[in-house]
Amino acid sequence: MNVKTMPADPKGVDSGPHFMDGDHALAEGALAAGCRFFAGYPITPSTETFERFAERAPEVGAMFIQMEDELSAIAANIGAVWGGQKVMTVTCGPGFSLMVENIGLAAMTETPMVICNVQRAGPSTGAPTLTAQQDMMQAKYGPHGDNAMIALSPDSPQECFDLAIEAFNLSEYYRVPVIILTDETVGHMHEKVVIPPADQIKVVPRNLFTGPKEDFRPYKFNSKGGNPMTRAGDGYRFHITGLTHNEKGYPVVTAEQNKIVVTHLMEKINGNADDIVRLEEDQIEGADVVVVSYGITSRIAVKAIQDARKEGIKVGSLRMITIWPFCEKRIRELAGKVKTFVVPELNYGQMVNEVERCAGGKSKVISVNHCGGAVHDPEVILEAIRKGSK
Amino acid sequence: MSSQEIRFSGFGGQGIIRCALITGKALSLYDDKFATMTQSFGPEARGSACAAQLVVSDDRVLYPYITQPGILMALSQEAYDLYYPELPKNGVLIVEEDLVKLKSDHSDIQLRRVPATRFAEELGNRLFTNLVALGFLTAVTNVVTADAMKQALPGLVPDRFLKINIKAFEKGYEYGVEAMKANGGK
Repeated sequence: MNVKTMPADPKGVDSGPHFMDGDHALAEGALAAGCRFFAGYPITPSTETFERFAERAPEVGAMFIQMEDELSAIAANIGAVWGGQKVMTVTCGPGFSLMVENIGLAAMTETPMVICNVQRAGPSTGAPTLTAQQDMMQAKYGPHGDNAMIALSPDSPQECFDLAIEAFNLSEYYRVPVIILTDETVGHMHEKVVIPPADQIKVVPRNLFTGPKEDFRPYKFNSKGGNPMTRAGDGYRFHITGLTHNEKGYPVVTAEQNKIVVTHLMEKINGNADDIVRLEEDQIEGADVVVVSYGITSRIAVKAIQDARKEGIKVGSLRMITIWPFCEKRIRELAGKVKTFVVPELNYGQMVNEVERCAGGKSKVISVNHCGGAVHDPEVILEAIRKGSK
Repeated sequence: MSSQEIRFSGFGGQGIIRCALITGKALSLYDDKFATMTQSFGPEARGSACAAQLVVSDDRVLYPYITQPGILMALSQEAYDLYYPELPKNGVLIVEEDLVKLKSDHSDIQLRRVPATRFAEELGNRLFTNLVALGFLTAVTNVVTADAMKQALPGLVPDRFLKINIKAFEKGYEYGVEAMKANGGK
C-alpha cells in the first residue's frame, strides 16, 4: 500500500498508559485516527464506545449525535463523510442488521467509514450482555449485491485501539466501509492500553482532489485504492447514487457499466488482499495441527495450544487479525502440509467454512463451534487439537 | 508463570467495580504485571449483588475470566454467602466484619476481617469503605504494592476527594499490617 501518511493530530490523542476496556479503546483509536464525527444509537454491549466518544468530543472538537435509531445513524455518517469528515459508529448485531442497507450504499458509493460491531449472542435480540462471534458472515454478506468489505478482529483492548487506527487508514485508502468485529468480552474487559505520542501514530488523511474543476471525477474504476474524493462545498461538481454509475457518478444502468463497477468494487479489495491481510503466526513450520482463530477466541486457543505442546503435539497458531478479505492464499499454502486445521469460534461454524473451502480436502478441518454466551473451555479446544494430531 | 485470581464482591454502590479498576490499574501500570479485569455485567441495580474479577499474571493473561479465585473480598453478606464456597484451601477471605456474619470458623482458609465501613465513617463518609478495604487487602496479601495502589488513584477517584481516599487506603493498610503482626505474619 503506497500511501501518504501524516502524524496524528495531537488534539485527539490521549497519550500514555491507561487501564481501559476495549470499547473505550475503540473510541480513543478513532479519535487518534482523526475521526471527528460520530452518529450512533446506543446498544449493549457497545454503548461504552458511544459514551466515551460523546465525553471526549467537546474537548477534541468533534461532533457527536445520538440519532433516533441505527438507520438514521448510519445515514448521517455517510452524509458527514461527503461533508469532509472521518466518521465512525458502533453497534452490535441487532443494530448492525438495521444499518446493513446503508452500509451497502456506502460500499457502492465508495464512502470510507468505520463501523464497529461489538458482538453479542444472537440471533435477534438474543442475550444482550453475553459474548459471541456470530456476525462474521454478516459483515461481508449483510448488504445485498456483490460487496467486498474489509473486516478486522481485535483480541484485546490494546488491539481495539491499534486496529481502530488501521481501520480508518484502510478505509480512507480503499474508500470502503471497514468493519471492526469485536465482542462483548474484549469490549468490556479492562487491560493496559498504551496510547503512543501523536507523532508516532501514522494516519492516512482524506485524499481530496485539488486539480482543475473539469478534470474531477468522484470515481475511477481501476481496481485500486488511493482514488481522490471531494467534499460538498469545495466547488467540484459531483453526484452520488446507489445506482450503477459512471466516473462522474451519474446513473448508467447497463450490463456493461455494472461489470465495470462491480469488478472495481470487488478487485480493489480482493486484488489487494496481500496488502490488506494481516495474520499473526506462531510455530506453523512443521506443525501437524494449525489452530485458526480470531478475536477473543484466539487467546483461549493459545492456552489450549500451550497445553497441547506440553503433551508433545506439534501445533501452530494462525490468528486472523484481518477477517475479510479472508486469508485464502495462506490457507491454500498450508493445505496438504498440515494434517488438520482446528477452527474454534463463538458461533455455530462460520469462518470454518472458508477454511474448509481453501483447504480443498487436502487437510482435515475440525470445527470447534459454540453457541455463544461465554468463551470456550480451553479443554474443548485441546481435545480437538489432540484429535487432529492423530 | 505465576498467576493469581481475585474476586471483589459486595453490593452495588460500595465501589466494588472501582476496587477492581484501581487494583488492575496499579498492577498493570505501576507494578509491571499483566492484569485483566472483568465485571458482572447485567441489569443490576444499586443495592444488589455486584462482583468484579481480576486475573493477575507475570505473563500475558490468556483466559480473561477467573476459574478459582485465590483471594475473595466480600463486603456484604450476600456476596460472602455466594462466593466463599469457591475459595480453595489456604485461599484468602477478606470480609467486612460488621456486615458479614460468618457461617463457619474457616479454619482451612486465611480469614481476614476488617471493619471497613466503620473506619470509613470515622473518616467522614462510608463512601470510602472500598478504599479502606483495598488498603487492608494490600497489606494482608502480597499481590500489589501500596505505592502502586496510591499511584493508581488519580483519575479513578474525584480529584477533590483524592487526599481523603489516600487516607482511607492508609487506614486500612495500617490496620492490615497490625493484623498480620498479631497473626505472626501468617
